[in-house]
Amino acid sequence: MTILAKPWLWSWLAAAAAFALILGLTGGRGAGELAYAALSFGAFAAIVGLGQMLVITLGPGNVDLSIPATMTLAATLALKAMGGEPGTAFAGLAIALGVGAAAGIANYALIFLLRLPPIIATLAASLVYQSLAIWSNRGLRIKPPEGLADFATGRFLGMPNVAWVGLALAIAVWVLLERAVAGRWLLATGQNLRAARLAGVPVELVRACTYVAVAMFAALTGYLLASFSGGAALNMGAEYLLMSIAVVVIGGSSIAGGNSNVPGVWGAALFMFLVVSMLNSYGAGAGARNVLTGAIIIAIVIAASTRRART
Amino acid sequence: MNILLRHRIILPVVSLAVLLAATFYMQPRAMSYFGLNLLFNLAVPIALATIAQMMIIMVNDIDLSLGTFVSLAACVTATFLNDAPILGLAILLALILSYALLGAMIHAFELPAIVVTLGMSFVWGGLALFILPLPGGVSPGWLRALMTVKPPFAPMAVVAPIIIAAVTHLLIVRSGIGTVLRGVGGNARSVQRAGWPVIWLKALAYGLAGLFGVLAGMALVGLTTSADANIALRYTLLSIAGVILGGGEFTGGKVSPAGAVIGALTLTLAASFLSFMRLSPDWQIGAQGAILILVLTARLIFSRKGAGT
Amino acid sequence: MSDHESRPIVALVDAARHFGPVRALDGVSLAVNPGDCIGLVGHNGAGKSTLVNLINGGFAPTSGTIGFGVGETALAAGVRSVFQELSLCPNLTVAENLRISHTSLSGLNWRRAARAEIRQSLDTIFPGHGIDADAEVDTLSIAQRQMVEIAIGFAPRGSMARLVILDEPTSSLDAGIADQLLTHVGRFCAGGGAVIFISHMLGEVFEVASRIVVLKDGKVVAEGEADDFTRKGLVDAMGHVAPEAGDVAVTAREFGPEILRTGQGLAARKGEIVGLSGLAGHGQAEALAQLYLSQSSAWRADRTARAAFVAGDRQRDGVLPLWSILRNISISVLRQCARGGLVERQAEAGIAENWRRRIGIRTYDVTNPILSLSGGNQQKALFARALASPAPVVIMDDPMRGVDVGTKQDVYAMIRDEAAKGRTFLWYSTETEEVCQCDRVFVFRNDEISAELSGADITEEKILQASFAMQEAS
Repeated sequence: MTILAKPWLWSWLAAAAAFALILGLTGGRGAGELAYAALSFGAFAAIVGLGQMLVITLGPGNVDLSIPATMTLAATLALKAMGGEPGTAFAGLAIALGVGAAAGIANYALIFLLRLPPIIATLAASLVYQSLAIWSNRGLRIKPPEGLADFATGRFLGMPNVAWVGLALAIAVWVLLERAVAGRWLLATGQNLRAARLAGVPVELVRACTYVAVAMFAALTGYLLASFSGGAALNMGAEYLLMSIAVVVIGGSSIAGGNSNVPGVWGAALFMFLVVSMLNSYGAGAGARNVLTGAIIIAIVIAASTRRART
Repeated sequence: MNILLRHRIILPVVSLAVLLAATFYMQPRAMSYFGLNLLFNLAVPIALATIAQMMIIMVNDIDLSLGTFVSLAACVTATFLNDAPILGLAILLALILSYALLGAMIHAFELPAIVVTLGMSFVWGGLALFILPLPGGVSPGWLRALMTVKPPFAPMAVVAPIIIAAVTHLLIVRSGIGTVLRGVGGNARSVQRAGWPVIWLKALAYGLAGLFGVLAGMALVGLTTSADANIALRYTLLSIAGVILGGGEFTGGKVSPAGAVIGALTLTLAASFLSFMRLSPDWQIGAQGAILILVLTARLIFSRKGAGT
Repeated sequence: MSDHESRPIVALVDAARHFGPVRALDGVSLAVNPGDCIGLVGHNGAGKSTLVNLINGGFAPTSGTIGFGVGETALAAGVRSVFQELSLCPNLTVAENLRISHTSLSGLNWRRAARAEIRQSLDTIFPGHGIDADAEVDTLSIAQRQMVEIAIGFAPRGSMARLVILDEPTSSLDAGIADQLLTHVGRFCAGGGAVIFISHMLGEVFEVASRIVVLKDGKVVAEGEADDFTRKGLVDAMGHVAPEAGDVAVTAREFGPEILRTGQGLAARKGEIVGLSGLAGHGQAEALAQLYLSQSSAWRADRTARAAFVAGDRQRDGVLPLWSILRNISISVLRQCARGGLVERQAEAGIAENWRRRIGIRTYDVTNPILSLSGGNQQKALFARALASPAPVVIMDDPMRGVDVGTKQDVYAMIRDEAAKGRTFLWYSTETEEVCQCDRVFVFRNDEISAELSGADITEEKILQASFAMQEAS
């Protein structure tokens, strides 16, 4: 087991390469600012990515398409409840997490009770969440309480606060997967649901908790992102649907389930931001940026599949 | 109940009929040539996109890039096809071929289609931005004329889906090759064993998806007269929902082209119906989701009962 | 008579097929002539499926040759297979399934031609079958699907069927329909066709076969005219030998109270080793899986599980392929070696290491991937998983597949040991020898318990009698 065999290494190397390429252009100026921006924006992708990773770990067919809607709904309701009043940040957080938990339970109820494929269940549910968000938002842009906004945009020991949150969550998820009984159950379920069930794993409980967890991660991201950007917007989650899946795949987790990779998610989240900055700084338009991003994702998937074939 | 299992088309037809009856009840004036045209205004491109998604689902895959692909096709149509028809046609053809290639690649490397198409959605979206960084372009005159033609008795928005359903039904359900394609979804091993080259069949299924995706983009431009790079992003999810509403299933090659078209019409009508209900626009998307859940619940109940007897 | 009518349809010369170190087929020579009906018998794992796959072109031989009378490939030679596992497309209609196999069927009216062809084939083989050619296959019963598959096998499909391989064709057919099939096989062979007939139902084999070939451990151990075999001779050739006397001494023991009983009639007492026997695929595995699922929950995990499961189908039911041996073993004891929800890794490693030694898993390091082990050692890891758990009932679904003889003896001893300490075992095995070591045996036939044997009644002969449908052809 050399370090080169670690699948998360590649996303970090790719992120480092993109970082170096940008600095090469600026002659080394602005390294600190770039790293700070990457950590800030990467944190949001990393948190939703961690959630999506847990769901994808459950095995083929498991994916949560309701992440953007859950983010928006949680952010909207939390900001509305806080109403910009100081001292309400924790109440808002509780509301956001509550919304997330409710969305997760609803998603799983559709999957379990109606036997819907997770794709269609989370898709249908996300339409409802989206409507709820539109209805409660009514086009108003409520500012977050000042203290909360300061926290979301602030820094501690030179690192953005949101990145600290993302880091803490990553460590929590890592401990869960590596050390906890529940994490073992999750990984077993994702490798082979039937074998896990026959080995005594409570697979439905695992699935339920995972769908609730991903929704709560999304809700937290929504809450932080809205505080970071000065209010909830209806399309604030849009880009995080593809982003959440992309960081999981680039991060080295297997789409076939049972194998997840926490450090890789962070590396991939930084990479996704840096590659866009890099292409920007080299003067590429939005079109070229997207084409290259897509090409990179596909190249990584093909490389992963040939690596699998060799072993 | 056995009849429901055997004719899975019945439930989609009933849901569409119920929704249509409710719409007419709420808004009797919709029961006219003009009214129907308005109700099903955007049905043609959605139906075509749903058929495209169905081709992929037929071989047990799923396409998350369809919306961006349709957008790209729309952008090409509104620019190249209008300015330099030969070049435009060549580009559209190349798009179809690249879809076929994608299918072959997914089969050969055993790649997860969901991730590959996710990556492709960035590629298609990027290409669309290249072509049309800002909304614009012009629909070719003939396309505009075709989409707004007024056939006797029923409006284009109703006639065209019927034609699409009939043609794809012949192609997928009646024809020999369509049967083999569905066989790939049902039991690829037995198809392989019988001597069919499954990789070509996969390429064919994806190629057909590309073809219908391009047609969807063209139809959309014909209706809207211009395009932009994000014009059809919703189609990815709409098309998946349409296939499932139409009685299709994610695995096992169980798809129905007529059902898929009906599913697309149901989704289109649901939007129109909700606006007639004077439901505040806030709730329209959510109500679409609720209708989707309701129909699928109904299906579950019926198929359970069917299995029970 | 043209030339090819007299040549063999297919001839194997010393054909072998190895899968890694496993010699699935170890040098078989066999010629199938027009008019032959060959009965192919042997136990599970004797190499029957591999032989079939060589003949129909599914595998290439590792060594030796395969020649066809007509053309170069099995397809061109008119070799057709009807497989044990259903190989129809369930989403297509009966006629459409014929279309899949009949690659040259084309034209606008192919559907009518396909319908006529499958109807004719069905009518010929199974008169009064009542199957609609336009019915989707997944609306048909298992027996009807099997009939369709057989009919497609015999249908002309543009050329003609010269050799049809039937792998357990009657396993899901009732007696009347099975008779129709046997009659047709006779007719088909009389008309110059050939059939390879694989069945556990020895009565059927004697009824249709002109020649019988017995496979054991990848080799032909007996071959000859069907009339030269007796039923007993056949069973002996297949390798049903009585357990060596003295090797297994089942002493009558005292058991505790009855601790479980299923609706089917399966029952066990505390400390008892209960065997399930009968032919493969007659419902034993399903009964055990159902039993396990009813003893555990998908929603909560008790601190002490009520039952543990040892899978026989490792890939489907047992091995967690991405994990190490350690994690594969410890999944059943996580609750015992966890504190505050976190796994105590030392305790975990201790348990795994202990079981590695006790059960003799051949690895130096239990943190190696499970897939680095041979099949037999993977199976040992699964044993370790179940035995390590504190569950009072251990359910074993044919757990000795691919396990070598020495290990088997160790495991038997361990099972007896654990049983003496009060654990209950439910043990399905395809090897009658193993079942004979149990305290009580339930024999399954057609998803039902056909006999319950205990004590001195547990003999090879009684089990065979209850499991083979020895319907005497009068």
